Amino acid sequence: MTASHRRTAPILGADGSETPITPRWHLGRWIVGTLAVLVVVWLATAIIFNENIRWNRVFDYLFSPRILDGVVVTIWMSVLATVIGLSLGVVLAVMKLAKNPVLQWIAAGYIWFFRGTPVLVQLIFWYNLAFLFPYLTLQVPFTQIGVQWDTNQVMTSFMAALLGLGLNLAAYFAETVRAGIQAVDRGQTEAALAGGMTHMQTMRIIVLPQALRIIIPPTGNEFISMLKTTSLVVVVAGSDLMTNASQIYKQNNLIIELLIVASLWYMLLTAVATYFQSKLERRFGSDAVRLVRGPGFVQKFLRNGQQAQTATESIATNSEKATTR
Amino acid sequence: MTDPLVRAIAVTKSFGHNKVLNGVDFEVRPGEVSCIIGPSGSGKSTFLRCINALETVDGGGLEVAGAQVGYTLEGESYRPWRDRDFAKFRAGIGMVFQRFNLYAHLDAAENVATSLINVARMDKAAARRRAMEELDRVGLADHATKRPHQLSGGQQQRVAIARALAMDPTLMLFDEPTSALDPELVEEVLESMKALALGGMTMVVVTHEIGFAREVGDTLSFFDAGTIIESGPPASVLSDASSPRTRAFLDKVL
Repeated sequence: MTASHRRTAPILGADGSETPITPRWHLGRWIVGTLAVLVVVWLATAIIFNENIRWNRVFDYLFSPRILDGVVVTIWMSVLATVIGLSLGVVLAVMKLAKNPVLQWIAAGYIWFFRGTPVLVQLIFWYNLAFLFPYLTLQVPFTQIGVQWDTNQVMTSFMAALLGLGLNLAAYFAETVRAGIQAVDRGQTEAALAGGMTHMQTMRIIVLPQALRIIIPPTGNEFISMLKTTSLVVVVAGSDLMTNASQIYKQNNLIIELLIVASLWYMLLTAVATYFQSKLERRFGSDAVRLVRGPGFVQKFLRNGQQAQTATESIATNSEKATTR
Repeated sequence: MTDPLVRAIAVTKSFGHNKVLNGVDFEVRPGEVSCIIGPSGSGKSTFLRCINALETVDGGGLEVAGAQVGYTLEGESYRPWRDRDFAKFRAGIGMVFQRFNLYAHLDAAENVATSLINVARMDKAAARRRAMEELDRVGLADHATKRPHQLSGGQQQRVAIARALAMDPTLMLFDEPTSALDPELVEEVLESMKALALGGMTMVVVTHEIGFAREVGDTLSFFDAGTIIESGPPASVLSDASSPRTRAFLDKVL
């Protein structure tokens, strides 16, 4: 960054003389840069001009209805599974920090189980829940009042995907939320308790709103990761992007072409999600961390860090402008 | 003489093997301002936090307004309070912290109004009005919509005082309220506290501001190694302290 910020103004001597600066050619950088470009171009041409890839078929399928349907399902599945994962993750984190040891153990057990088993196994398990419980029954105990569903009808591949991905994310996210809650200054809790709030109110009104600001940036990562994890749903035929692409290539054997189609869509979705994530981070990121920390050293440190960051950013944008000119 | 509002009888408290309070006897009567001084680590802040049950007491007895803190007498024995008993008890006691502890995600008015809405069950408009009145009383009505980090330390501490007062407390606890402030901001906070004392509020103030203790305090207690080793009217404690330990401390801070 600083290396590209090149001084152009001449150097002033004590007698008022101005001596210009002759720029230095960084020969080593040029050699390494050229080699790197050659390698990248070689790899790219090896793929782009590969005669075994029928690019026209890639473009045929890129906007085909089945692929587009798959994209829509993938987006929905990612959003819903993330929502399930985040909400349940918050509940688990609060349980893990609860005073009641039973709640702590249940949360710890849940997290251990869902982090300890592969998500692929979980997906297949949910999809085949009917082997375990042919009917799902909600019934008031000791009466005949209740409702019953056929498990195979409830547990569609979409539902299995949501449960498998959502419950799994919850286990991971609980740890993030717990860290966020613990990062909120202890003084906030004390002030709330001193103000007459119960522990539940303190958590709900004072601590969680601040903890959530801290954990918003990681949620963006979780969502981006979820976009691609949905491709695992292929094992339960979830009619998402990957499932539809694979069903097409199983018929016409254009495996690589359809993988490229799917990859292009995943990359587009990721790019869009990344854009929103960076907006979220700018809105909540460092500012929120500064907000929840007590004043004093940490606050000053973060504020200085922020100033330094904006300073380097402005230098970077200046040098970018300079190079485009 | 009226009954004391706070009465501590041989209060003890340990953190692990560290005995922080070692038999504290202490009394505050309604309307009194009681200042507590002493070296850091002498247990004065811990004792203050015991009064509103932010810390629990291990031994002895601690009564506020005639009731044992943390326990209710049921027949022959005391039963520990539930969470909501603690909340109800603390709602009647205002506390001001060394590090202000304003709610970082709320603006000044919301900081004051939060307990009114969620604890006193006031409706939002009324709570907001009440919050503005309290902010006006500490001279910060213009800063109602600012977040804590946009306020100076002195302003934050005055908002914290307004937040505590909004709940109409019968007792105010101050835990070194000016220790985290830049020197030129100390005065504005002490002024707010003086006004409160003149209004007849019962106050327990842990402080290093000897001048405030002398001017406003009705009693001054000197804490050392978990006990009060000197107590009485500020003028007499400050001028002719009997224990050499108190005199050594006063020589340093005066």
